[in-house]
Amino acid sequence: MASMLEVKNLSKNFDDLSVLKDISFSVNKGDVIAVIGPSGSGKSTLLRCINQLEKASGGEVLVCGKTMFSTDENGKVVYAPAADLREIRLKIGLVFQNFNLFPHFSVLRNITEAPVRVLKKSREEATETARGLLKKMGLESKENAYPCELSGGQQQRVSIARAMALSPEILFFDEPTSALDPELTGEILKVIRQLAADGMTMVIVTHEMEFARDVADRVIFMEHGVIVEEGAPQQLFGAQASERTKQFLQRFNSGKEPQD
Amino acid sequence: MTGDEIWGVVKILLKYLLPTLKIFGFTLLYSVPLGMIVALLKMCRFKPIKWLTSLYILIMRGTPLMLQVIVAYFAVPMLKRSEAMPSLLHKLLEAVNIQADSYLFNTVLVAFVLNYAAYFAEIFRGGIESIPKGQYEAAAALGFSKRQTFFRIILPQVIKRVVPASSNEVITLVKDTSLANVVAYAEITMKARQQMQNFSSLTPLFIAGAFYFVLATVLTVIFSFIEKKLDYYK
Repeated sequence: MASMLEVKNLSKNFDDLSVLKDISFSVNKGDVIAVIGPSGSGKSTLLRCINQLEKASGGEVLVCGKTMFSTDENGKVVYAPAADLREIRLKIGLVFQNFNLFPHFSVLRNITEAPVRVLKKSREEATETARGLLKKMGLESKENAYPCELSGGQQQRVSIARAMALSPEILFFDEPTSALDPELTGEILKVIRQLAADGMTMVIVTHEMEFARDVADRVIFMEHGVIVEEGAPQQLFGAQASERTKQFLQRFNSGKEPQD
Repeated sequence: MTGDEIWGVVKILLKYLLPTLKIFGFTLLYSVPLGMIVALLKMCRFKPIKWLTSLYILIMRGTPLMLQVIVAYFAVPMLKRSEAMPSLLHKLLEAVNIQADSYLFNTVLVAFVLNYAAYFAEIFRGGIESIPKGQYEAAAALGFSKRQTFFRIILPQVIKRVVPASSNEVITLVKDTSLANVVAYAEITMKARQQMQNFSSLTPLFIAGAFYFVLATVLTVIFSFIEKKLDYYK
């Protein structure tokens, strides 16, 4: 089992506020990891630190064996040279909660722009890949549409295709269904399930507990910037879970009930 | 005024349409890119640059363009006469030939460009700041360089957002060219005034007004066409 992602003692402070404390976990090839926890527990910040959208305050992260940053003996975080960071960044795809599609590009161009401009692929090759991905997402008829003409669920599927077009080693999802109506959530979860079946390595921050239990190989429960518990879904969602995890799930489920 | 006289005035004003359009065209040509640079400078994280840029915009927007045109026109000859000039600046001023034919046009242009760049800068800054952070983050996550992100992702969206406000400025600019007559730059308004005195009639002024009106209308049509063109996405 090749280690795709290694996070060691990662910490992140915003000024005086400590958002992540001593986070360590690793992701192997083919793993599907669900990160759950209350709002403000640092789940998104964790993804953003690993994706270089935030600068870490301490610790070490290795992606596919390459050091993205480490901390020297003075506690100073040292990032890899820019060229390496760029290479590392392309190994990780990120799907945002709010899709963040480029509104001025057609669906096809949203997917092909990065392969053409960043990977310097030919337009033809990128288009072919994009069409294959759109087919997989069930959106082959939408390639000439603009994001504003699509439903939220369709937009999110395009953004998944956009991330996949760079053939990342790992795909991160930052609450991919939180901006969607409940009836559109299902189509995204279906796509993620399909990716899991294809053997895609994924880290998914989610509030969909049932989905996390179904699709994840491992679940990480975070609260107040620390990993409270990590293990197989049967463990975290089962009777042996820690008191804190049980409490969270209970409150979560009871809070959910009126909506169901 | 007889019909022939009116036609004569129209012909004269038509001849001076070119100097008017020259101010208009060259001001746009230089003030739009300069405005973009000023907008980026104002968003600079290095505070002194930000403050200097803000001060520049404050002065340009806070004082009349007519006054700025007068200052631009008289600045070089006045400063040349001043004794207490640093030698470097003095040499620079010596290089400017105030006798040259182009001197008048150039000073008017400098004032217009500096003034309009300040207005465009504020429009562009608003446009750039209105682009959601997520666009930058998505571009970064996809590996786009800073340059690619700005020119391929951000700028096209900014252009769409600033077109309505910019069209206002451009239409104002057409009419503002008349301010150049304050330093005797021969353009439509100045010629219309001369004709008014010649004929002791208001008609030449109305003809000049019609010229500006037609220009502004053409610009309005062009801008609504551009807005429609950019309307393919929300």
